Amino acid sequence: MIDKKYLLSSKQMAEFVARGFLRFDELVPTELNQKIMAEIDAGGIKGETAGTPLSQCYKGSSIRTLLDMPEIQGMIQSLVGENPLFDHDAIHVREPNQGAAQGMHADSIIDTRMDFDIQIMYFPHDIPLEMGGTLLLPGSQYRKVNEMDIARYQNFLGQIPMVCKAGSILILHHGIWHCGRQNQTNQRRYMFKVRLNPQVRQLRLWNTDDLETAKGAREIFAGQKDENDIQYILSKSEPWFEDASGRLEIVNRIKQWRFLTGDDSFDVHYWLSRLENRPSVSQSA
Amino acid sequence: MMARKRQQVLVLYLANSALDSGVKGWTSYDGTGKKNYTTGDSLEAPYKTGLDALLDGWRVIQFPQLIPPYPGEEYSTSFMKYEYIFEKIVEID
Ligand SMILES: [Fe+2]
Repeated sequence: MIDKKYLLSSKQMAEFVARGFLRFDELVPTELNQKIMAEIDAGGIKGETAGTPLSQCYKGSSIRTLLDMPEIQGMIQSLVGENPLFDHDAIHVREPNQGAAQGMHADSIIDTRMDFDIQIMYFPHDIPLEMGGTLLLPGSQYRKVNEMDIARYQNFLGQIPMVCKAGSILILHHGIWHCGRQNQTNQRRYMFKVRLNPQVRQLRLWNTDDLETAKGAREIFAGQKDENDIQYILSKSEPWFEDASGRLEIVNRIKQWRFLTGDDSFDVHYWLSRLENRPSVSQSA
Repeated sequence: MMARKRQQVLVLYLANSALDSGVKGWTSYDGTGKKNYTTGDSLEAPYKTGLDALLDGWRVIQFPQLIPPYPGEEYSTSFMKYEYIFEKIVEID
């Protein structure tokens, strides 16, 4: 088990539950980025059979060094536990001067579990906007869609093109909508991705020291809202959310938060408490 | 000589079922072959609302139907619900 200080906080977990990703810019040191780039060029990065414990993967590779960084172990352990399974990996290469981007999609096939896999995306070199970067749609992870069925959608308000410096990391929920944007530069673009499956029930695996204090009050419209509490984080709308479905996304997040905390009475600003009110007491005459 | 005509298509995903509600997502196809639209190619919406597209000369050719939720799926979310399709017919030389 990694030192607690490297685990995610409840607020970071809430951010992940709300938006379906966490982003860590320039986390990996330059020297390691260069080592990994060289290993990619030499074709030296080899994954394992699906279902192999991650701890047994990438022995002797600089990807192992990357995964063993305490910050990265902290993220992995907080989201999918201490020893998740390796699902698959990929070195995504986008050739120079591409005419079109990849179609918008969710990976694998339609997946309606509360349990979730994570995908770690690692960007070993700088990515300016012209080079594309992975495009992701925050908050799309609970939409029930099957892979490329959504390829018709070209652009959304609030979409995020991953423009970043070398050594940046994205951690994604398996359901997030994304695509590889077109690379309009003269250089190849690289991105390393690995998908991990939990082996343990995803229940309070992070640093829960702030869980109770950060929960927030039940009020809906009255009073000042704490812009930093978990309810606020889980109630924040994304710019592309439709009016009515945007409210349902809050419900999706509440259900995910209940699953992760084991607290079935948790609510965000009364949305589910109202629906769960089923009085059984008769009024006395 | 007959002018040759081609279709341009604009798809707008709106905030609710009203045509004058806000644009949340957008997609374009150009039948003249002059422009190649693709995923993630613009960060700003072409119009603020669906009505703004009409005011700019686009003809709406599809209104999204309002379909009640499937029983048991009332709280689940999936595709964008308010997909309006517009066209422009343009002459090419
Ligand atoms: Fe993908």
